Amino acid sequence: MIRPDQILKPTPAGLYCPAGDFYIDPVRAVDRAVITHGHSDHARAGHGAVLATPETINIMASRYGETFTPTRQPAELGEVNDKNGVKVWLAPAGHVLGSAQAVVEYKGLRMVCTGDYKRRQDPTCARFEPVPCHVFISEATFALPVFHHPDDRGEIARLMDSLNVFPDRAHLVGAYALGKAQRVISLIRETGYSEPIYIHGALKALCDLYEDHGVKLGPLEPATLEKGRAKEEQAKFAGKIILGPPSAFRDKWSKRFPDPLDVFCSGWMRIRQRAKQSGVELPLIISDHADWGELTQTVKDVNPEELWVTHGREDALCRWAELEGYKARPLRLVGYDDEES
Amino acid sequence: MQAFSQLLDSLILTPGRNAKITLLCDYFARTPDPARGWALAAITGELELKSVRPSMIRALIEERMDAELFALSYDYVGDLAETVSLVWPGTHGANYSPPLNEIIDTLLDTPKDKIPTLVSHWMDRLTPTARWAFLKLATGGLRIGVSARLAKQALAKFGSVDVTGIEEIWHGLEPPYLDLFAWLEGNADKPAPDMSGAFRPVMLAHPLIAKKDRDNPDAVDPEMITAEAFAAEWKWDGIRVQAVSENGERRLYTRTGDDISHTFPDVVEAMDFDAVLDGELLVRRKDGGVAPFNDLQKRLNRKTVSKKLLTDSPAFIRAYDILQSGETDLRALSFKERRLKLETLFAASDTHRFDVSPLIPIESAQALEALRNAPPEPEIEGVMLKRWESVYEAGRPKGPWFKWKRDPFLIDAVIMYAQRGHGRRSGKFSDFTFGVWKEVDDGFEITPVGKAYFGFTDEKLAELDKFVRANTIDRFGPVSMVKATREEGLVVEVAFEGLQASPRHKSGVAMRFPRFNRIRWDKPAAEAETLDGLKVFLSESA
Repeated sequence: MIRPDQILKPTPAGLYCPAGDFYIDPVRAVDRAVITHGHSDHARAGHGAVLATPETINIMASRYGETFTPTRQPAELGEVNDKNGVKVWLAPAGHVLGSAQAVVEYKGLRMVCTGDYKRRQDPTCARFEPVPCHVFISEATFALPVFHHPDDRGEIARLMDSLNVFPDRAHLVGAYALGKAQRVISLIRETGYSEPIYIHGALKALCDLYEDHGVKLGPLEPATLEKGRAKEEQAKFAGKIILGPPSAFRDKWSKRFPDPLDVFCSGWMRIRQRAKQSGVELPLIISDHADWGELTQTVKDVNPEELWVTHGREDALCRWAELEGYKARPLRLVGYDDEES
Repeated sequence: MQAFSQLLDSLILTPGRNAKITLLCDYFARTPDPARGWALAAITGELELKSVRPSMIRALIEERMDAELFALSYDYVGDLAETVSLVWPGTHGANYSPPLNEIIDTLLDTPKDKIPTLVSHWMDRLTPTARWAFLKLATGGLRIGVSARLAKQALAKFGSVDVTGIEEIWHGLEPPYLDLFAWLEGNADKPAPDMSGAFRPVMLAHPLIAKKDRDNPDAVDPEMITAEAFAAEWKWDGIRVQAVSENGERRLYTRTGDDISHTFPDVVEAMDFDAVLDGELLVRRKDGGVAPFNDLQKRLNRKTVSKKLLTDSPAFIRAYDILQSGETDLRALSFKERRLKLETLFAASDTHRFDVSPLIPIESAQALEALRNAPPEPEIEGVMLKRWESVYEAGRPKGPWFKWKRDPFLIDAVIMYAQRGHGRRSGKFSDFTFGVWKEVDDGFEITPVGKAYFGFTDEKLAELDKFVRANTIDRFGPVSMVKATREEGLVVEVAFEGLQASPRHKSGVAMRFPRFNRIRWDKPAAEAETLDGLKVFLSESA
């Protein structure tokens, strides 16, 4: 029988498949890459060939330019590719638009790499599907028993309550530009909020891309002030929702809004000291990653012979697996952001 | 409980001082007695529910989950109450919320052996936020970014009175402070508790910043330091304490008002005066000199003190100041007048448990600076400057007192290991072990000499974090081993206050208060300090 590390093995550039000569989410430029989703630590520019979902390919083209790779290999979910006898296909991961798990099968042994994933329903992407396999390679961003993400609609309700309580304050919502921002906008729309939502320039292209893929985001307007009329214009943001990437809130950009109230959407907001450190007034626990309950339930659902754990809190998930009787190993891959910023 | 947990939750996320005061005032106004008094006691650290210990909470949670998973969680979150509140297997839809005073009364009335069952019963029924607030309350030490002083300022604002009026009587008051709130709400006179043996708020000094640091608005012109204006004395490396002896009550307090009388019975026994003194708690060497801080450290935080420890490490107080003599409060007198009273008090005494901190003659600022950097005894941290005219004023007033510390020692070391921080630094590597070169037969090998947790800004921390991630060669649990060879390694300039021989450490030396001064991206690893080079500081600092 073939050994798992003959199919996929950790290397400094990322998970490598010797038989098929390709990498999954490599952290440096390689000849052939399979990309699970469009976040920049997983999807980097400069690979010779990129196999990914059509949505992920569009996201990469939007972020890095049309020439991000000479060879695009769009693959629909479930569409099987053959590389030197190694079968590769993608299964939905529920993380962001286009996100997928990479399934690799060779000589009767199947391995699944989740990339980043979550189990909950998300109006902006296809829901995660467990794929039975021999070796399951799971992410571990929130792999500690302290992480329990509450219902996202309850968290959005806290934002809407705050708009009622502070009708004069501009609500600055920090959310990652790809995925989190569009999900938060969709959730706000689900509450019946139909006013324009103001967005930072860094979100524009990705919001347009989501719209093109059929995700309705409602009226979005740029969060800019008309030159020379800054004073009068400021007033229009009072009591409004302004969305931007977290980095924008730390610079001068945020100073233009009247009496701003900082809101931040992230799974890390579960930890008070973390929320305190980021200077957030209203922390919302909304994450695109699986929480502890989802991570452990997924391992049970997939029921692999072996569990490999990567980027995040590997030790805790491995310890849990050991207690549950699974063979588990931490991969210690380097180069993936630990932060869901 | 609901209002209290909301208050704590809001306080922790509110950065501004004034906003915190507003939150506290609102809470005092909306919450009836006695719940608000118990909340005040919890916030100011005056509430002691001895029956609930952190160890008990740990034991309860370890009955419910794997100890290693709990340890990993606790290590990440860095706060016991928060960790336990998040991992406790609660009941779905739980929303039990009794008033604060009911919880405290029940805890106080329950026999010790029944407490664990009671606590589990509540934990099962509270929401995670209420569980967190309950544990904070029950185990003490809230760590919510509100000092006792800030709480008193909120009280002052709430009652429109001066904060010193509250501080004066504070140590005579007891939770749940019914008399205090009655006064603040205008329904009763100001309470006049018996203050015998009570702690007096301490006066602290600002660091002296020499004029050459022109960008600093607090910089001081050395010309100002003259024998006419200032008294100078040594800053001893012990623990600042207050010794209170009045109406038969004898107490020893730390500068934050913690009662440590029971840990130092040898000193308390010798307090046969009727006065309140400010001084430095030190340990005496056999030859009468001051023992290293290490010896004092051995005596701290002990419930019982062995005879051997009392004999081997006898404690004494080097008095700096006198706040009260008999019935007379001396705090409004000048330092010059108080100093005279202090000297008179001990002039006829032959106790070896108390002496008066000697004054240093000021010839010139330059001469004093030379003394500061080369003090006659190693257990001196620098020089204190006090205006002859200064009254004894609680807090850290600007101008009357300065501390002028000895410059730290500096060496270049190489980073060897990094560990993720706790709590607010939990995402980043923030604890570092560093080493120097030890000469061996075939060249040099790196040997660890210390650990540093602080002394860098968040920006520098991010740079170090990036370096560690890119240069990790092995891991042991939360610890990453970093490349540290003669050819490759990151050099950091480490500042420290002193070096002591230590057989417990592999290198044979232990640093006092090490911190990173700056990162030397430019310096080749091979040019970092050697162990022999470091040991030169042994003779200088011990």
